[in-house]
Formats: sequence, structure tokens, C-alpha cells
Amino acid sequence: MNKITREKGQFKVVGTRVKRPDGIDKVTGRAQYGADLVVPGMLTGAILRSPHAHATINSIDTSEALALPGVKAVVTRADFAALDDDEMIDIADNCLARDKVLYHGHAVAGVAAKDAQTARKALKLIKVDYTPLPHVTDVDAAMKPGAPVVQSGRQEENVQPEHSENVTGYCEFGHGDVEAGFAKADHIIERDFKTAAAHQGYIEPHACLASMTNDGKADLWCCTQGQFNVRSLCSAILDMEASQLRVTASEIGGGFGGKTTVFIEPVALALSRKSGRPVKIVMTRDEVFRATGPTVSSSSTVKIGMTKDGRITAAHAKFRYQGGAFPCATYSFGAQAAFAAYDLEAVKSEGWNALTNRPKEAAYRAPGAPMAIYAVESVVDELTQHFGLDPLEVRLKNAARENTKAAYGPTFDQIGLVATLEAAQKHPHYSAPLGENQGRGVSCGFWFNFGGNTCVTMNLNDDGTVGITEGNPDIGGSRASISMMAAEELGIPYSDVRTIIADTSSLGHNDVTDGSRVTFAVGLATIEAARDAIRKMCGRVAKIWGIDEDAVIWEDGYAKPSGPNAGDFEPMSIKEIAAISSNTGGPIAGHYEVNADGAGVSFGVHLADVEVDPETGYTQVIRYTVFQDAGKAVHPDYVEGQMQGGAVQGIGWALNEEYIYGEDGVLQNAGFLDYRVPVASDLPEIDTVILEIPNPGHPYGVRGVGETSIVPPLAALSNAVSRAAGVRLHELPMSPPKILKAITDRG
Amino acid sequence: MKKIHVTTKVNGDEVEFLCPPEETLLDALRDRLGFSGAKEGCGTGDCGACSVTLNGRLVCSCLVLGAEAEGAEISTVEGLAHGGELHPLQQSFIDNAALQCGICTPGILVAAKALLERNPDPSDSEIRYWLAGNLCRCTGYDKIIKAVKIAAAEMRGETA
Ligand code: FES
Ligand code: FES
Repeated sequence: MNKITREKGQFKVVGTRVKRPDGIDKVTGRAQYGADLVVPGMLTGAILRSPHAHATINSIDTSEALALPGVKAVVTRADFAALDDDEMIDIADNCLARDKVLYHGHAVAGVAAKDAQTARKALKLIKVDYTPLPHVTDVDAAMKPGAPVVQSGRQEENVQPEHSENVTGYCEFGHGDVEAGFAKADHIIERDFKTAAAHQGYIEPHACLASMTNDGKADLWCCTQGQFNVRSLCSAILDMEASQLRVTASEIGGGFGGKTTVFIEPVALALSRKSGRPVKIVMTRDEVFRATGPTVSSSSTVKIGMTKDGRITAAHAKFRYQGGAFPCATYSFGAQAAFAAYDLEAVKSEGWNALTNRPKEAAYRAPGAPMAIYAVESVVDELTQHFGLDPLEVRLKNAARENTKAAYGPTFDQIGLVATLEAAQKHPHYSAPLGENQGRGVSCGFWFNFGGNTCVTMNLNDDGTVGITEGNPDIGGSRASISMMAAEELGIPYSDVRTIIADTSSLGHNDVTDGSRVTFAVGLATIEAARDAIRKMCGRVAKIWGIDEDAVIWEDGYAKPSGPNAGDFEPMSIKEIAAISSNTGGPIAGHYEVNADGAGVSFGVHLADVEVDPETGYTQVIRYTVFQDAGKAVHPDYVEGQMQGGAVQGIGWALNEEYIYGEDGVLQNAGFLDYRVPVASDLPEIDTVILEIPNPGHPYGVRGVGETSIVPPLAALSNAVSRAAGVRLHELPMSPPKILKAITDRG
Repeated sequence: MKKIHVTTKVNGDEVEFLCPPEETLLDALRDRLGFSGAKEGCGTGDCGACSVTLNGRLVCSCLVLGAEAEGAEISTVEGLAHGGELHPLQQSFIDNAALQCGICTPGILVAAKALLERNPDPSDSEIRYWLAGNLCRCTGYDKIIKAVKIAAAEMRGETA
């Protein structure tokens, strides 16, 4: 269904670059993040973590710790409620281990004490008796029969019997006769790939402050992407009624998917319940790396056949992901996203998930897609090199369009891939000359985007200004975008709107800030809440004028008679309507509640130029341009910001970032010195080109833009390196030693 | 162990606090003095979120002891604005969308101010190398570099 009500040329506020409402708080240090709240009587909490990659817990003795002066409470898994849902048990087990520790750094117990020093001392006094077990951290090793079993009994029925018990899930997508397709190809390339686990790397470690009173009421303050989800999880784990737990989302210092679950929050609540005092827990960076979710690592095999003029005849991919010690569904997102950019007659995409002794995977920007699309885009690129074809031409020739049946099932609506590819082709970057040891790489990227449960309230203030109450933490400027859409719909200035993020007691359920859903779904609900308020305002005016409700229309912030037949009345402004609302029926508010669909997929294309130093294997990115379809860019600055930020995270993943494990199953680089995210001096400018192919599922055509941008850099850089250095790598990250080795091996 | 008594100046105001000998300046600022603008992103000197100046020198306050602040002058992000008036860097960061989540912003503003005091007209790459110790995971740095350049031009009296 086409929901578009406003198109290009009809916007007054949307599309401008207004100042964000939280700007001053954030540049003056006033904004309160997870670790910044202080309350009277507060204790400091700390977590005891496993020194083993895999071990049975025989017993935990907390008596000495409890006897230490200043220690107010110690909790273990026994302090959580008995749960019966598998997914809930996994989440609780990850917060505090039950009968086994499943990875190095797995939480075992929590302590609350008068200060941090005492809490740290108490951790050392907790005696845990472990029996170490064999461990496995590599995905291929974990899938082999005979591998150490991380958790048994977690396998779904459709998993082939030849795999170990660690393989929990299998999926298959596609259509057409793949073998017949390969028979039509002039050339077939099949390659194996590996990608390392990367961490979201938000600069703010997880932090929370829990306060429970002995009547069972609790308040929880935390940095999260979804306070309602935190409430659902914590109230289940603590066996509380949701109504008794109020969760307030602090300002959040980055999430990228990694703050969509709970880690320390249930522990802080349990400690507060036991101690009768507020308890604050702040993770260290080391804890963030060891015990919060990085993304999956992957091993994959991709086979593609092509005719000599560049048409893909068939494609078959196998994706093997590990997401740590608990089952996850990321492999299925990867298998679905892999071929989204292509219109294929015959395609098969398979995925497996394996358990390993690593931390539980958490979502990371377009979860599952970057590593799958990296493998596909690498093989497509190698085929274009084989035939000497232009990489953008080949992608255009095979590009998914409106009405293409996607490999993962659906038939695409209006999509922006072709426009994006054409924009890249026309851009001066694509034809700019390159120097010695330099190469240019191309890759497409894709993300599904999501809508989901959303609920928004719009309150008309007595002076005619407007308050929007929404329920999704603002990570990158969404309060500005929501205010802009409210102002646009109401026909009032942006400065007359203030948007706040409600706690869980002030608004109905809202899904987590994920799937690039906020500007789309909260935006849609905001527009509808404004329309609800407009209907009510028109109704009040109709009463005053003594005419039918539908004879009153809303235009540019005024109620007006719909035409000459409706009568001759002076238009009434929103301010006038607000001023007399107590005489016309009381306060005016608009509401909207929805489980939004129609999010509209988003495609992007990246161009990357690199220079590879043949002496050291070091890769410098020298020019980078992002092309992406935003549907409608509500606040172009922050759309560009998403495109740039995602691209740089992808660049880090391609070149530097990886979880490195030793033989002992211990993560060797749990800090920003050794897990190296890109710094300012590593990078060139990140140029951006926003395309606007309206999404029919949103009144203004908006699509989510947050995730697609992390997808293309992996292959774009690998493809660029292959052209710059004459060696193609099949493994990420492409660190200097690996590139140097490839150059040396080639001779 | 006994706590240490420290007298120091933060953003021009004299303050006193007691801290254990091993406590960092970052913890003293945040937990004892209420200056929570400086953030702890790592605690190991790798992210720059805790940047402040100590006697004019840019430091990671997580690597300085609270006791070392005795008799010093410290500037934090809270001291950048004068009265209601934002520092040109602060204004430029808002105007040019140089922050997304904003957790890195206090440290980057303090570091950028220290740069412009030494070099009022830095090139792009001078800004990039000066800020290489300040991690930002959200922006990809592009808009940060531009915002610093624009603020620098304004501070030199040029209108961009
Ligand atoms: S907290 Fe000091 S450098 Fe990261
Ligand atoms: S704006 Fe989020 S880390 Fe820089």
C-alpha cells in the first residue's frame, strides 16, 4: 500500500539542517550518560568473571566476601528467578553463569560494597570451585564431530546429522535450478572466506543504577537501546511485575546493536534487592570486550557462475557463523541478505550457526549481512576481473529492481539500487586517475530495515507549542528528526516542538532502537499522532464555528473552512485553538500505536581507493565515497553521519579489527590499544551522496539509513587491495602481515 | 591507607578533595567534584574521552592521579563556555553535526581547544593527527574535522 502523502518539493522542515535539541547539553558536559547518575546512599557493584574458557562450576563460597567490612550483598545465579523459556534462560545465564562458565570473562557473581576498592577486594574473596573442560573458539572446529560441546540439546531438527552438537541451526533460501544455471556459465569461481569477530566498540561502557525498595518497587537507570526490552527481561529474571519496574534510558554513548540486551542490569537489581540500597555498576573496557557481544565470526564458501558479457547465471553460498556460547539467528540474516542486490534466476543460500566458547553475540549494525555480502561481492569482483569487465556495469546488469524476486523470498517494491549504482558511475570519483600501488574497489550493500512496535503521544501545550513523547533512545540525533516530522505535519516551526524519550511507566511498549527503525517507525507514529491531534483540533473549531467537522481542514498550522460552502470564517491558528481549549472540551493530545510494517529496504554502493605499501603490506584508504538511498533524508546531516560512521566501522573491520584468541581460549586483545578501531589519522574524508527513492511504506517516503553503510566496506576494500597490490585476500581483517605474505607468496 | 588532601583549581575555581593515593584524577573529578563531563571510555589512556588539561597540557585524566592535581590548574569541558556563551568549538560542533551519541565530544572539544591554542590554523592532517588519541565510534571523524576547521577560522576572525 502506498502511504506517501508528501513528496519532494512539498517539505518545509523535513530535509533542512536544524540544530539538534540535545546539542548544548552534549557539548557542555551536562548530558547524563549511564555512568553519570549519582543518588544518595549508593553502593558500588562489581562482577566476578570466569578465568576459564569453559568449566563446570562445582560450588561458589561467598562467605568470606560477605564478611569483609563494607560489603553489603553478594549475588549468584541462585538469586535469579526460575525461568522456563529457552531464550530467557540464555539471557539470564549470560548475566550470571548457572552450572557452567561458557567463556573466559563469563559473569559468575556480583558484589555490592560501600566503594569500588572494597567491591574489588570482595571479588577476590569469593571462592569458586571449577572443573575446567575442553573448549573451542573457531567456527569450523566447533562444527566438526568430536568438538568440545558447548551446550548440548540446543540443536534444531533440520540440522544435518554430520555436524557436531554445537551446530544449533540451519537455514536455506533461494529459487531456480542452480546446477542448470552453472551449466550456462562461461566461467565459475568458488572461494572460501573467513571474517573475524568485531566488536561494536561504543565508547561508553555499559552502566546502570538500580534501586529497589522492600515493597518490591524498583527504578533502573541504564544506557540501553531499549528501556522497554530491559524492563521485560529484568522483570522476568527478577520475578517482578512489569508495572513495578520503571526503566529510564540515560543518554547513550553509542550502541550499534550492542546495547539491545541486558548484562549487568539484572545483577544490579538483585544486589539492590538484597542490600536494600541503590547499586551502581559500570563495566570496564576489558569487561566490555570480554563479556558483551561482539558480532559473529564467519567461514563461508561462495560459488558464482557468469557469462562472458557479465550476466550471473547461478549462485550458491554456504555461511557458517559462530555467535558465541548461546544460539543466535544471525546466520539466517546473513544467508538472506547475501544476494539481495542481484536479480538471479538460480540461487541457493545456506546458513549454519555453531556454538563456541566465546561471549554471546549481540547485534552489530546490519547483523549478519557484512560478512555474507563481503564474500559474494568478492567473488562477483573476481569474475569481473576474469572477464575484464567494468565492476559497476556488471552490477547494473544484474541489479535487483522493482518487482525482482529476491533470493530470500519477497518481491521488491520501489528500491534504489540502480539509481545508487548509476550515481556512483557518474561521480567524478569513479573516473579519477590512480597512482602507483593504488586501486579502486566497489561493493554493493543492503539491509532489510525494520518497523515494529511503536507508540507516540503528542501533547498540545497551552501556548500552542507541542510536546512529543516517544520511547526510543536517541543515539544519533533522532529527537531532532522526530520533532521535524511533527513540525512538518502540524505546519508549525521546528522550534515549537520538543521531543522527549519516555521511561517505561510513561508510555506504552516500544521495540528496541534497532533495525534502523526509529526515523521510520517512530516518525510514522509521530505523523499519525499529529494527524490525530489535528482531527481533534478541527473538531473543536467546527464546534465553535457551528459547522460539520469535515468542513474544517488543516493547513500550515491553521484550521480553515474547507471551501466557500463551509462558511466564511477567519482561520484559527494552533495557538488560538490551544489558548481556548479549556472552553472547548479540555486538553488536546494525539496518540498513535502501531506494529509498523513497510520499512522499505535500503541499498548502498561504496567506492574505495587504497594505496598498498608493497614493502610493509600497510593499506591506506585515500579516497572514499558512500552512495545510499535514504528514501527521504529527514535531517541530511545525520543521514550523512550514519553513512560515514558505518563506512568507517566497516573500514576498521576490513583492515584492523578482530577478536584474537589464544590456545587457552582467552581473548588476547581486550582493550583499545590492541583491538584497534580506526582513528582520525587513519582516514580520508568520507564523501557522501544521498539518493532519495521514496519508500511507499512511510508518509514522507523515509527509509532507515543506519545499517546499510557498514556492509560494503569489507568487500570494497578487499576489491581495492586486489587491484592495488595484485593479490586477492579471502580473509578479514587484511592486516599488513597478511597482505605482505600474499605479496611475497605471489613473488 | 589514609586519604590525601588535595587543593587544586578546576576551571578557575579553587576546590579541595580527599582521595586515596591510587585514585585517578578522572575519578576524583567525576565522583568527588561532580565534573562528570569527562568520561571513562577505557581507563587505560587509549580513547581520550577523559581528556582535560593540567596546567595547560592535554592529558588523559585516567592516567593522572588525583594527588598529582595538588596546586595545579585543571580545565574540563565544563569550563569551555563563558556564561551563556558557547565556545566557538562547541557552537561549531552543534552547527556542523559533529556529534552523534556525544560521549566522545567532551574529550574531543578539550583536545581541539588545546590544538587551536598551539596552532590557530591547522591543516586537515594536523587536526587528524592531533585528534588521533580521541576515539569516536559514531561519526567516522569527517564532520569533527570540518567542525574544528570552521571553528578555527572563526576564532581567527575569518568568516567561513
Ligand atoms: S578513559 Fe582515559 S583515555 Fe580512555
Ligand atoms: S559521537 Fe559517539 S563516539 Fe563520537
